[in-house]
Amino acid sequence: MKPRTTARHFRESFKSLGRNAWMTFASVSAVTVTLLLVGVFVLIMMNLNKVADDLERDVEIKVFVSLTADEAATESLETAINGMPGVLSVDFSTKEEELQDLITDYGDELSLYKQSNPLYDVFYVKAENPQQTASVAKGIAALEGIEDVKYGEGKIEKLFSFLNLSRNVGLVLILALLFTAMFLISNTIRITIVARRHEIEIMKLVGATNWFVRIPFILEGMWLGVLGAIIPIALVTMLYYNVTEYAQPRLNDELIQLLDFTPFIYQVNGLILLMGVFIGVWGSFMSIRKFLKV
Amino acid sequence: MIQFENIYKKYPNGIVALNGVNIEIKQGEFVYVVGPSGAGKSTFIKMIYREEQPTDGKITVNGLSLGKLKRKRVPYLRRQIGVVFQDFKLLPRLTVYENIAFALEVIEESPAAIRQRVMDVLDLVGLRHKAKMLPAELSGGEQQRVAIARSIVNVPKVVIADEPTGNLDPETSWDIMNLFEQINARGTTIIMATHNKEVVNTIRHRVIAIEDGLIVRDAAGGDYGYEA
Ligand SMILES: Nc1ncnc2c1ncn2[C@@H]1O[C@H](COP(=O)(O)OP(=O)(O)OP(=O)(O)O)[C@@H](O)[C@H]1O
Ligand SMILES: [Mg+2]
Repeated sequence: MKPRTTARHFRESFKSLGRNAWMTFASVSAVTVTLLLVGVFVLIMMNLNKVADDLERDVEIKVFVSLTADEAATESLETAINGMPGVLSVDFSTKEEELQDLITDYGDELSLYKQSNPLYDVFYVKAENPQQTASVAKGIAALEGIEDVKYGEGKIEKLFSFLNLSRNVGLVLILALLFTAMFLISNTIRITIVARRHEIEIMKLVGATNWFVRIPFILEGMWLGVLGAIIPIALVTMLYYNVTEYAQPRLNDELIQLLDFTPFIYQVNGLILLMGVFIGVWGSFMSIRKFLKV
Repeated sequence: MIQFENIYKKYPNGIVALNGVNIEIKQGEFVYVVGPSGAGKSTFIKMIYREEQPTDGKITVNGLSLGKLKRKRVPYLRRQIGVVFQDFKLLPRLTVYENIAFALEVIEESPAAIRQRVMDVLDLVGLRHKAKMLPAELSGGEQQRVAIARSIVNVPKVVIADEPTGNLDPETSWDIMNLFEQINARGTTIIMATHNKEVVNTIRHRVIAIEDGLIVRDAAGGDYGYEA
């Protein structure tokens, strides 16, 4: 294709946007609503994912070593746990260290327990895959010389299944929204195409190739997508800016953190723009197909 | 240059429009296609530039076998054929100039060449002074001339016209016929479906008569042969 033909296609696509102003407005509105919903959804989903990761990373098994186990027995326990399948790391903490942690956290009054320490020596075990925590814990509990094994039983499992479910539901919802938007776009573009069917027919009869006819419409669809992305990008950016401004100081030092404003917001906005372009282009591509059979 | 071998055309609704047509038209010929309404003239004509495809038989245009022609190649076939449609098929939103230039834009001609060629054909059809007007601002005969200008602007080897004098007064009809004579004189093949008895009987050329999907007469310098 020659450059002047490309220029012509661009001119034609802009002209058509102006000529079909109401249709343009309708399509852009449809895309705007969809992308806004998708954008907010992506914000929520990505942050939920982040929360899940944060929590997952923190899941550890606390293994209490039986008081009867001597130093050699404790050491062989450590090797045994390390050798178990699915175990990522094992950290040993003596009961003195445990008490020191408590004192740091809760204050000097606990110092009197230094005389007769009621605590146990402890292994902190992490599973390679946090979702395997339960089975790893069970394996450890079966070892000789273990007093007790603790992890966020039940609670953790519920959290995981909730997160998995919400991820899947989110994905399905986003797909459904996208399809709706594509359907709306392709319908609106079809109306502008029907109005210009005559023109397309004449183009074909004087020897225009399919691409020559198609490109202006596809560009038009692309502009519709881009225009429809503007408001969602602005709103999503504002929204997330305010959320992070509000939440980040309050979440200071907490385990759970939101995704940082940048670069996350660029990724989300890029995604919104890309989706806008995609539904616009695909929508016009689909609706022009049957009019090219001249 | 155009050859029909045993062409049979049945429309999806079951109507048989052509029922075994054999014909050969040579480069530079001027051919009238006559026959009663519904005989199959338009169907015959549409097959040449592949608006319709035969149910059976073989069509060759300019050495191209249309049955074997890939969909993608159809535009290149059409660029060798100028078509004057009975309903003109002018684009209402474009000026006379733009309508004619359109046929050249589509084949990616340079702007300078487009300007030159469009002005040339506008001179030929005598409409240079109306280049900036819209089709709706023209009379029927003028619109017809714009359609003819568009059909010849890329110097096709053959011009096909379906009842180009259909709705015109006699005087304008003669003007239009003059135009076709000029185009034909430059070596372009002309195929014209018409119901205009006066024209066929006055400006004598080869006449092909179609009735019920069959060629019933094919005579060089023949007459119209039907009561008007
Ligand atoms: N697209 C179509 N679908 C179905 N039938 C058609 C179609 N086009 C034409 N026909 C039928 O085919 C037959 C021949 O039509 P055609 O248009 O070729 O006639 P014609 O000779 O051009 O007539 P006229 O002089 O009135 O223009 C007619 O019976 C018509 O009803
Ligand atoms: Mg006809």
